[in-house]
Amino acid sequence: MTVLLVSVGGAGGAVLRYLIDRRVQRSHDSAFPWGTLTVNVLGSALLGLLAGWALTGAEPGALHTLLGTGLCGALTTFSTFGYETVRLLTERARLYAVANVAVTVLAGFGAAATGLLIASALPG
Amino acid sequence: MPRRHHPRWDILLAIAAGGALGSLARYGLAVVFPHPRGAFATSTLLANLAGCLLIGCLMVTITDLAQPHRLLRPFLGIGLLGGFTTFSTYVLDSADSVLAGRPGLALLYAAVSVLGSLGLVVTGMLGTRALLRLVTARRRRST
Repeated sequence: MTVLLVSVGGAGGAVLRYLIDRRVQRSHDSAFPWGTLTVNVLGSALLGLLAGWALTGAEPGALHTLLGTGLCGALTTFSTFGYETVRLLTERARLYAVANVAVTVLAGFGAAATGLLIASALPG
Repeated sequence: MPRRHHPRWDILLAIAAGGALGSLARYGLAVVFPHPRGAFATSTLLANLAGCLLIGCLMVTITDLAQPHRLLRPFLGIGLLGGFTTFSTYVLDSADSVLAGRPGLALLYAAVSVLGSLGLVVTGMLGTRALLRLVTARRRRST
């Protein structure tokens, strides 16, 4: 059952990442990887919400496997984030590379914290 | 909106299949290397580091291939490695360490993940480039 939930969530998350990344990147004519930033922040916020919900003891474990491990895990990515940062570095867009790391990490942590706080503030 | 903006179904299918396999592999690592909440998340770190090394290898290989199969990058890069590595769990693992009263550990984990990943992307790219150059040189000598 767990294997099925992780696979379905992972498949959905990966497709969602591709579609969101395409849409965001198309509307920004920039070398900055806005698409990857968007999915990473979105996924961190969603996982933060789930984690906050779990702290109240109300969240079912199956939902966390499907949405947390599967969907959020595949929606967000470290490999593309790393590759795009290195590509910016080698293309001599050093400022963009440093900004990409700083903004992704800070926005990711901020989004997760916001999700956690919102979920724990909701009546369980 | 012009029709050409719609992604092809076979690309989406390749991404979905890769995403499912990559997520399962990451879940498998978490089963093999479990960690209590707030402790150092070895499995997430391993997945992210290995995924970054592999994407470095993959991207150099794809650029070097004369005619890479058009589903190779969607399946392996976006699907498999994208599903294998994760940013959201990395963030939540660090947050858990802070909540458990171990901010130093969170900072160490956060920094090692980012710096290690960037270093391994570069290692993967340089290593693959050197290997491909070696293979081409050897092939040229033997013909």
